[in-house]
Amino acid sequence: MNPEATEAVRRADTMETAVRDIFLPPEREKITSGGKPHVVAKNFSIYYGEFEAVKKVNADILSKYVTAIIGPSGCGKSTFLRSINRMNDLIPNCSTTGSLMFDGADVYGKFTDEVLLRKKIGMVFQKPNPFPKSIFDNIAYGPRLHGVKDRKTLDEIVEKSLRKAALWDEVSNRLDKNALGLSGGQQQRLCVARTLAVEPEILLLDEPTSALDPKATAKIEDLIQELRGSYTIMIVTHNMQQASRVSDFTMFFYEGVLVEHAPTAQLFTRPKDRMTEDYITGRFS
Amino acid sequence: MNLGTRKLLDRSFTALGIGSIVIMAMTLLIVLVPIVTNGLGALVFKGTIEHRKMLAAEFNRGDRAELERQTALADSSRKPVYAMMAAFEQELTGMDEPRRQQYQQQYAQVRSAIQTLLGPIPGDPLPALTRSQYGQTRWEKAEERLHEVLYEKKWDYSNPDAPAKEYSVSRAAGFEGTSLVKLFPYVEKNIDRMLMPEWTLYWGFITDSSVDAHIFGGIWPEIQGTLFLAIGAMLFAFPLGVVAAIYFTEYAREGFFTSVLRSANSTLAGVPSIVFGLFGLAFFINTLKVSESKSVLAGSLTLAIMILPTIIRAAEEAILSVPKTYKEASLSLGSTKWNTIVTVILPAALPGIITGGVISLGRAAGETAPIIFTAAVSVGSAIGLADVFSSPTPALSWNIYNLASEHEAASEIRHVQYGMVLSLVTIVLLLNLSAIVLRARISQKLKG
Ligand SMILES: Nc1ncnc2c1ncn2[C@@H]1O[C@H](COP(=O)(O)OP(=O)(O)O)[C@@H](O)[C@H]1O
Ligand SMILES: [Mg+2]
Repeated sequence: MNPEATEAVRRADTMETAVRDIFLPPEREKITSGGKPHVVAKNFSIYYGEFEAVKKVNADILSKYVTAIIGPSGCGKSTFLRSINRMNDLIPNCSTTGSLMFDGADVYGKFTDEVLLRKKIGMVFQKPNPFPKSIFDNIAYGPRLHGVKDRKTLDEIVEKSLRKAALWDEVSNRLDKNALGLSGGQQQRLCVARTLAVEPEILLLDEPTSALDPKATAKIEDLIQELRGSYTIMIVTHNMQQASRVSDFTMFFYEGVLVEHAPTAQLFTRPKDRMTEDYITGRFS
Repeated sequence: MNLGTRKLLDRSFTALGIGSIVIMAMTLLIVLVPIVTNGLGALVFKGTIEHRKMLAAEFNRGDRAELERQTALADSSRKPVYAMMAAFEQELTGMDEPRRQQYQQQYAQVRSAIQTLLGPIPGDPLPALTRSQYGQTRWEKAEERLHEVLYEKKWDYSNPDAPAKEYSVSRAAGFEGTSLVKLFPYVEKNIDRMLMPEWTLYWGFITDSSVDAHIFGGIWPEIQGTLFLAIGAMLFAFPLGVVAAIYFTEYAREGFFTSVLRSANSTLAGVPSIVFGLFGLAFFINTLKVSESKSVLAGSLTLAIMILPTIIRAAEEAILSVPKTYKEASLSLGSTKWNTIVTVILPAALPGIITGGVISLGRAAGETAPIIFTAAVSVGSAIGLADVFSSPTPALSWNIYNLASEHEAASEIRHVQYGMVLSLVTIVLLLNLSAIVLRARISQKLKG
């Protein structure tokens, strides 16, 4: 293991101690299988051309826990999130410095296969974006891509994924209908199911509820609670209640700088930084 | 701006808009109505017994027994005409020299007019050209010919300042005092019985080959040639265009090379079609030697080059209009770029791509200039599918021009020309219509 990763593990170990001993509130169970550093950023910066949108971030994202990313609009939340599965590759002038490790491997390494990486790090976007295909084909898209052809296996995967996304009961009788006919909330859960169908290790959610009504939002939040412990989840949100409801850890970004990264219960009750305090008490924005 | 002026401006703009739409519709009507009515004249017309004889002899079509019955009837009413002519010829030999000379020339005109009207005169050897083996096949032409039998055309030069005037003189008057004078009223009165006009629906106009350079028969070789050329062009241009569009939208890095390619593409779209025709001759036939001389292959390739820029543009636009979110979703599921293009982007862009393709197909079908030097011949029979690599073909667009300007009997066969125009317009219209339907269907499927 390279020295940076070792260092990250060391820091993560202390973080886990913190979680176990102090900051995990009683209603949030400790996850025994998790807590290892899954994504580790070290002096990690992201540029759009000359502009440094994310500045020298150092952070460990712990496996199987939910990490929320908050901060005012334009502070680099999406940029950071999209850098983890290299979706920023789509933007022509986007570049990075520093290192970002996933499972001990360099995400931006020369020999990294970004296609394989994205298979392991799934993403759900702000606006639901199902393909203009049937519900079934949407879910089966990923598995088919990765070589599953057998209809029975596909059926099983589709059902399992839809159940995990708490959508099965609503759509089981119309799997062959076009996914664009679903409601916004259902579409978003479909997108989650579609991502789960490729069995990722990490789930990245970029403001997944900002286009949804409160009821649909509650469903997605419930879903995140369901998935907690099975997947490492990172969720960008501009809604601080949501962050405090669903996450175990919170990262607060301000103008590209990771100002504070701490267990959620701590960050919202006893923030270490003045800026964090001002933001969560609503003095910003 | 106050409310009054704003309303006035609104109103006048609305009026302007409606006005221009009305003018467009009128223009369309003015163009289309004669095309349709004249073109239909090639399919639906009053055909004479000569038409039915021709169909039976050349295309082996029609009810033989009925035709024989009608021929017998027609022949019996023609008999007196020929009898009168024979009698007059007899009478001529008995005349003294100056009178004979006076009548002989006039009689030759009458005889030839009768032959044009009714077909070869019994006893004469069978003419070599098919067009002379039958009388008038269309009733409206027969009526014109009848006039030539009855009247002599003369020119009035009396006023030296004005252009000469045409006037008709009754031929009957010229034969006053001979036995032939009875012929004219007889022919005029019995023309119906001699030619037996009937309303005819001639589907063969679309499915038959032409006989004797479009004097008789249909235009199937032209229709088939047009379809071959257009579809052939599509086979080359469509895949190539879509691939190029994918390259431009998904792979090309913005830079000097790409911008040169892009402007080359735009320039190509504006090049006059005759230039493509000459290029096709020079490049595909003379340089590459894809065929010995003109061929469907060479024509298709030339048309393909011509429509390529349009296809690329349409496909590019269609691909760019696919929501970026589809691409993101696909990539985030661990799909490769190529897989994303094939499974997500192209299906979503399909309606636009197809529309561009079909519009280009219509354009390829209608263009004349690119095929003049590379593929088109004026008269020919339908070629087999195997011959497309080596044989030229007649085609609608080129033959419309040819019939209008170069055919020796152009004015006799206007109906064929209009029939071709109507067929071409119909083909292009049908193609565009199918594009609209196809597009709507796919969009519907995508929307769910
Ligand atoms: N494609 C891009 N090109 C250039 N600048 C960008 C691009 N996307 C985002 N930015 C800039 O980067 C900063 C961070 O953006 P973003 O990550 O979207 O913020 P957030 O998600 O926190 O609202 C903003 O200042 C934004 O203007
Ligand atoms: Mg954002």
